[in-house]
Amino acid sequence: MKAGTLYLDGVSVVFDGFRALNSLSLIIEPGELRAIIGPNGAGKTTMMDIITGKTRPTEGTVSFGDHDLTKLDEPAIANLGIGRKFQKPTVFDALTVFENLELALKAPRDPWSCLRWVLGPEARRRIEAVLAEIGLSERAQDRAAILSHGQRQWLEIGMLLMQDPRLLLVDEPVAGMTDQETEHTAALLRRIAGQRSVVVVEHDLEFVRALGQKVTVLCEGSVLSEGSIDHVQNDPRVIEVYLGR
Amino acid sequence: MSATVTGAPRLRPSRALILRGLLLAGLALLALLPVLNRLPADSALYVSDFVVSVSGKWICYAVLALAIDLAWGYAGILSLGHGAFFALGGYAMGMHLMRLIGPRGVYGNPILPDFMVFLGWKELPWYWWGFSSFPFALLMALVVPGLLAGVVGYLAFRSRITGVYFSIITQAMTYALMLAFFRNDMGFGGNNGFTDFKELLGLPLNTAEARAALFYAALAVLAGALWLCRHITRSKLGRVLVAVRDAESRVRFLGYDTTHVKLAVFVLSAMLAGLAGALYVPLTGIINPGEFSPGNSIEAVIWVAVGGRGTLAGALLGAFTVNAVKTWLTSFAPDLWLFVLGGLFIAVTLFLPRGLVGLLHKGEGR
Repeated sequence: MKAGTLYLDGVSVVFDGFRALNSLSLIIEPGELRAIIGPNGAGKTTMMDIITGKTRPTEGTVSFGDHDLTKLDEPAIANLGIGRKFQKPTVFDALTVFENLELALKAPRDPWSCLRWVLGPEARRRIEAVLAEIGLSERAQDRAAILSHGQRQWLEIGMLLMQDPRLLLVDEPVAGMTDQETEHTAALLRRIAGQRSVVVVEHDLEFVRALGQKVTVLCEGSVLSEGSIDHVQNDPRVIEVYLGR
Repeated sequence: MSATVTGAPRLRPSRALILRGLLLAGLALLALLPVLNRLPADSALYVSDFVVSVSGKWICYAVLALAIDLAWGYAGILSLGHGAFFALGGYAMGMHLMRLIGPRGVYGNPILPDFMVFLGWKELPWYWWGFSSFPFALLMALVVPGLLAGVVGYLAFRSRITGVYFSIITQAMTYALMLAFFRNDMGFGGNNGFTDFKELLGLPLNTAEARAALFYAALAVLAGALWLCRHITRSKLGRVLVAVRDAESRVRFLGYDTTHVKLAVFVLSAMLAGLAGALYVPLTGIINPGEFSPGNSIEAVIWVAVGGRGTLAGALLGAFTVNAVKTWLTSFAPDLWLFVLGGLFIAVTLFLPRGLVGLLHKGEGR
């Protein structure tokens, strides 16, 4: 398996008899930007949970390069280079924007190293680079609690970037954003992809179109259709279960 | 562009300075007490033995409050069993003090403490070995609470037991220990515990010199504990603790093993509590299983809540204020104390969620 390839094969998850995922198969190539859409309950969030180790699959294979993700716990998977942005932005309100990024910066994570940690010039340069990328340089010393909704989302994406991930999972990044913020976010994600794979779960079809990449439609826990946004929008099965409603 | 931090909302620099100034002034004032105690009794500045010994106790409580604040205020680990770590540290020091009594006991046995002779025991149990040495006893005052916190914390944090469930477990822990230490056959003096201590480090207890020495030792430990907690809370580890408190699963997704982080801070906190207990016993001259009672642990948590959790100054302020009120009130209406304590807790929760320190935030936005 090529390093950095995310590979799901025949993955099923059963909760009390309910099949949240039903032999889902999916391959994300290194550097790819992929949008995933689907009606509520299609299994989008469960898929993210499986990849990040929050939920274990009932059956099937989940791997990232040569690593079997079903055997690793959440911190281990995060340290492999898989970062996740949650639906609800969870940044640390009590800390400043700068400190939020500093916590996310790739560095030894054990308590002792954290106690001995000194912010060096290289680390500062990296944090400042990400601050510039997400457009929050001016807010570096503000507490995250006072950021706007859009800014919190970007900070969270920035925290993912600090970990220098090889795969980024982004859950509904533009929910609740203004049009301008949405555009800004699409541009940000397009910039980020290429050096790393990005998987975006989103409802907003305009946003998915703005990403301009391959789209996967999930329904009832498995892949319904896959291709360009025009292709899936014209797929009769997709129209029936999702777009037509 | 510095990246300084405290867990709680930041104070404006001027107010933080005022708070720090008050704190240092308070500690300096405390340091004067044993000196004033040496003045002639008719001097206006004379301070009685009672005041010195009572404020020595408060200093130990302040160390305990710092320990609780580090775990609760910063890392969000609400332990309702910190009194057990305090008492275990106290028992370790008490065992040393008992061994130092030697043949001066009522039964005159050079090896066995009185209560063992009374129970008809012939030799010292193995777990009493080594306690004739002061460094060993001091080490045990740190190691035993640390080890217990390590085991309880590991089992709980690994299974992701948090919040009120963890609090209940720690409360049960201290209750179980209390019942165990009440038993005579545990070898810790049963319900009488240890008392009648004679000396420590060659210094006869019950003298003004010994009181002053113990007082300053406690003050030095408080200063050291404050420095340590400050160092931790201002480091990146401190920011990780705050992050764990506010959104633990998010921290886990950042790749931090929060089990290790919480375990580290909980063990350290227990060791600090143990040290506070070890200082407390020679100061008060007694330790018994009552120290394990669940109410003690809850009371200590209330000190921190009243002072303001998540700030070190708050923990100190709470420990001194609440205990001052307690000492004052119990001198004429001891039955009222529990009602006042409960009322205080409710009032602080409702009106001052950030405690007394929160008063300084008034009008400062969120």
